[in-house]
Order: sequence, then structure tokens, then C-alpha cells
Amino acid sequence: MLIYAVRRIVVSIPILLVSSFVVFWLGTLSGNPLTPLILRNPPPPPHVLAAEADRLHLNEPLVPRYLSWLGGVLRGDFGPSVIATQDIGAELGARFWVTMRLIIVAMVIALVLAVLVGVYTAVRQYSKADYTATFLGFLFLAMPSFWLAILLKQGGIDFNTIVGDQVIYTIGASSVPAPPGFLARVVDIAGHLVLPTIALALISYAAWSRFTRASMLETLNSDYVRLARAKGLSRRTVMFRHALRTALIPLTTVTALDVATILGGAVITERVFQWRGLGDFLIESIRQFDTYAVTSWLLVSAAIVIAFNLVADLLYGVLDPRIRYA
Amino acid sequence: MPDASTTHRAGSAPAAVAGAADDREFTVAERSQGRLVLRRFLRHRAAMVSLVVLVGLILLAYVGGALWRYDVGEITPDNSAAPSLQHPFGTDAVGKDQLAQVLGGTRISLQVSVMVAVLATLVGTLWGSVAGYFGGWIDTLMMRIADLVLTLPLIAVAAMLAHHFGGTWYLIGLVIAGLYWAYVSRVARGVVLSLREKEFIEAARALGASNSRIILRHLVPNALGSIFVNLTILVALAILLETALSYLGFGVQTPDTSLGLLVSEAQTALTTRPWLFYFPGLFIITIALTINFIGDGLRDAFDPQQTKVRQ
Repeated sequence: MLIYAVRRIVVSIPILLVSSFVVFWLGTLSGNPLTPLILRNPPPPPHVLAAEADRLHLNEPLVPRYLSWLGGVLRGDFGPSVIATQDIGAELGARFWVTMRLIIVAMVIALVLAVLVGVYTAVRQYSKADYTATFLGFLFLAMPSFWLAILLKQGGIDFNTIVGDQVIYTIGASSVPAPPGFLARVVDIAGHLVLPTIALALISYAAWSRFTRASMLETLNSDYVRLARAKGLSRRTVMFRHALRTALIPLTTVTALDVATILGGAVITERVFQWRGLGDFLIESIRQFDTYAVTSWLLVSAAIVIAFNLVADLLYGVLDPRIRYA
Repeated sequence: MPDASTTHRAGSAPAAVAGAADDREFTVAERSQGRLVLRRFLRHRAAMVSLVVLVGLILLAYVGGALWRYDVGEITPDNSAAPSLQHPFGTDAVGKDQLAQVLGGTRISLQVSVMVAVLATLVGTLWGSVAGYFGGWIDTLMMRIADLVLTLPLIAVAAMLAHHFGGTWYLIGLVIAGLYWAYVSRVARGVVLSLREKEFIEAARALGASNSRIILRHLVPNALGSIFVNLTILVALAILLETALSYLGFGVQTPDTSLGLLVSEAQTALTTRPWLFYFPGLFIITIALTINFIGDGLRDAFDPQQTKVRQ
């Protein structure tokens, strides 16, 4: 298992390297960082523009520029921002966990719900509950995440108005200033998480519950489950020890593949609930044509996706021992 | 086996059984695969209802939009009016008729998503089938490129490129299609790989069918199902992505309008003029929902054996 894990990690390094180059190239395509400066009225003198282009390494060819940027990233320097005082690395670091706790909590909620509902609807196929869950799943799949998020936020505001007190937090990732004491701080952060995680989780839940149901149905109809039943094992044992374990294998892959989508969803959710997370940073950076910031953001997100895929691969090995030895 | 029962019922209509000649007793009239698929699709109730609703919506957007007394962007004397007979969807703060706006937004959103679906399907199918067909290092290289596109959050890259290329609807479509083809290529490759190994292809070959017959009669019709189903999913996904981009401010820009842009403009007015928020949202949901059900119906129709539910 250890060798398998190490091999998976080693394999993912070149992937990350190649994607960092693609990401860098995409970043240079995202526009000229000097645009805001050029559009300024009155326009700045040419030597200011030249100095700024120099500072941002805009005159260097793509490959050397990429290599020096990559070298910097390895040392923790993510390149110069158009905002001279901003350290991209520090900014990304500060916002990283804000977004990660949103994503991870939402994923856990979505997965638990999806497995529960998926298994139940597969066992009770074509029941009323199955049809209801199917319809709700389709509805959530068809719902734009920002629309749902705005609706939830408005619901929270309305609720607070009715109660006459701030019960549900609708803005920000935590209170400013933070309440004193560790426990109070945790409660505060959890309170701020409620609505955004619901908004983010529901969309993934819809896809995953459909997937669990399908995968569970397939296993329930397979020969080895029939054999296990024929041997006289109890329904519960067959269901959880035999069927569910196999049914969960494809789900881990799908979940990992969807991480990119969830990160995208987090960009929107953060926007609606005014979180200062990675998503907010991305949008501000795009608006300011901050090439290095956008590029570094994409690199971090690619690393997150690859890390999740790695975890999925390792889980795969746990769920299906055949893979470890392949 | 839904397939067998359908065939049986269709082949033994009461009159035919009563008056059938002896040599026809156990045979059924041959029907083409296309007709079978159509039959099964027509029997899928949710898909049929969705198709009717969607066609109605498209007619409403194009024909209704042209006939409606207000145009997109036209400013009427009423402002902030609640829904009424004069303005069925109300008006916004400057007096634009929201029905005209929503119909205009629907047109743009539909155009973007159909463009995305067609372009991404063409490129992705070609990419995936070439990779699957040749195999080896070509396959590895091509699929790694597709995987790379898939590891990036679509909306981030789309926002970045759309910000650069501007807010005209077909440019937004081009950007989204430039990212979605990777999904299609994976599906197409999977179909090609699995079909190559199927028994019925082997059987056809053993029976002496020519290559062109195998491709035209067996491979293409069987791959068409997945491609069509995927096309519908793409339309729904593209509608959602386009609206999300417009919501973030990187999508369609005024004077064009899209459903996402309308929701984005309305989000601060949710308490004062809720109709501005709800109507475009309902249109987005209706379009995505109906297309998803149609895709579901198509999948069942093309492949009745597959009980797997689309993710």
C-alpha cells in the first residue's frame, strides 16, 4: 500500500508541472496587466509604463518568464502583482483555508446525503421516495448555484428580521472583530458556514445521489450479491459489507473529478455571501488584469484538484485491494 | 426487458393475430433502429412533457418576443411596476418591461448554449474517437491534454478568457465550448473503446459484413445515442455556465442581455422588486430541467438495457 501511495504521488508531480505551464500560458492570455494603467486619465508618461512592464517581466519571452516564475513559486514567491504592495503568495495563503473549509464541509455534507439517499432510493427503486428524490435531484441540477445562494441568503435575512436578532449569518466568513475565546470563535465560524455550505452542497449532492443510486442498482443486480444472498447472509450484511463497498468505488472517482467544479461553485458562493476567500481573490485579480495573481490562483486550484484525485486514488486502493497490486 | 415487451406488443396487434397467415405467426414486422428509438422516446412521459414545454418556451422567446409590444431595452413610462396585464413580469427601476427582457435573455442564453453544445460535440467527438481509435501513445497524449483542461475550474478559466475577449454572446459561446470539448472527448473515447470490443460487432464481422457496413449500420447508430445524450447535457450545462459568468460580470454585457445578467442585476432588488429576480431564474431552471429530462428520455430510448442513471 505504501509503495502504491508513493508511486501515485510521484506520478502526479509531472502532471502538476505540465499544468503549471498551461496555466501560466493561459494567464498571459488573460489580458495585458498594463491595461488599467493605460486607461488612466491622464495617461501616465511612457517611462512609467516601461518601468511597470519591466517590473512585471512583460518583455521577456514566454518560456524563460515561465521558468523564472516557477523558480520563484518553489521559493514561495508567486511573482509581482499589479498592485505593487500586494504579495500574491501571502494573499493566497490567507484565503486558502477560508475556501478549503467551505469546500470540505460542503463535500462531506453532500457525500453523506448522497450516499444515504442514493442507497435508499436504489433499494426502494420506483417507490414514492425514489420518484421524489429523482425529481429533487433533477431540480437541483437545473438550478443555477448563484440563484439558489441568493435565495438562501435572502431567506436568512428575512428570518433574522422576523426574529429581530442576528441568528443566521449572511455575510462574511467570520465576524469582524472575531469573538474572544477559542470556542466562541469556532461557533462563530460554524455559524457563518451554514448557508454557503448548504448552497454549495446541494448542487453536488444532486449529481452524486443520482450516481450512487445508479451504481448501487448495478451492484445489487450483480451475481455476487445474489450469491451472497443465496448463501443466506442477512440483508443488512449483504447491503453494507458487499454491495455498498463496491458501489462506492466509482463514487470516489466522480467526487475527485468534481472538485474542480466545486471550486468553481465556491467562487460563486463566496461572491454571494461576500467571503474573502480564493474565489473573491480570483475575481478581483481578473478585473485588475493581474496576470501573476490569476496564474498563481489557477496553479493553487490545479494543485487542490490533483491532491483530491490523489486521495481518491488512495481510497480506491483501500476499497478495492485488486488495484493496489495491479 | 422493456425492449422485448415493446416488440411483442407492436408485432401482435389483435387484428394481425386474428387474420395472420401461418408463416407470419412468430415473426414481427421489421422496424428500423431509428423507429424503435423514436417509439421509446415517445413513451417516456417526463421527456415528452419536457419537449413540449421547451418547444413552447423557444417559440415564446423568438416568436413571442418579436410580437410583444416592448423590445429589449425599451424604456416604458412605468418603473418598478409589479406584474400586471400591461407588464406580465413587471418592470425594473428605469421602466424596462421585464417580459421583453426575459425573452431577450432567453434567446441569448439559448443561442450561447446551442453553439457550445454543437461546437464542443464536434471537436470533442473527433478528439475522443481519434484517441480511442488509434490507441497507444497518441491516445495517451490526447487524453492527458483533455485531462489537463478538466483539472481547471471551468468557471475560473472561462471568466478569465471572457474578460479578455469581451462580452458578445458568440465569443462567450466560443470560450465555453473551448473548455467543454474535453468532457465530450472522454465520453466519445469511452464509446469507441467499448464498441470496438462488443460481441455484436464481432458477430457482424463473422457474418462477413464489410467495414463500411459495420461502421454505418452498427458503430455510428450505437455511438449516436451517447453523443445525442451528451449534447443535451451540454446545452443544460452551458446555460448554467453562461448565466453564472454573466452573474459574475464576465459574461454577456449590455446592450445584449442574458438570463444570468438579469438575475445579477436583480439580486439587490430582491426585497423591493422580487419579480426581477424570480422570473429569469424560473426561466433558467425550466430550460435546464426540461433539457435534462429530454436527455434522460433520449438515453433510455437509445439504450433500454442501461438502467444506469445519468450523473
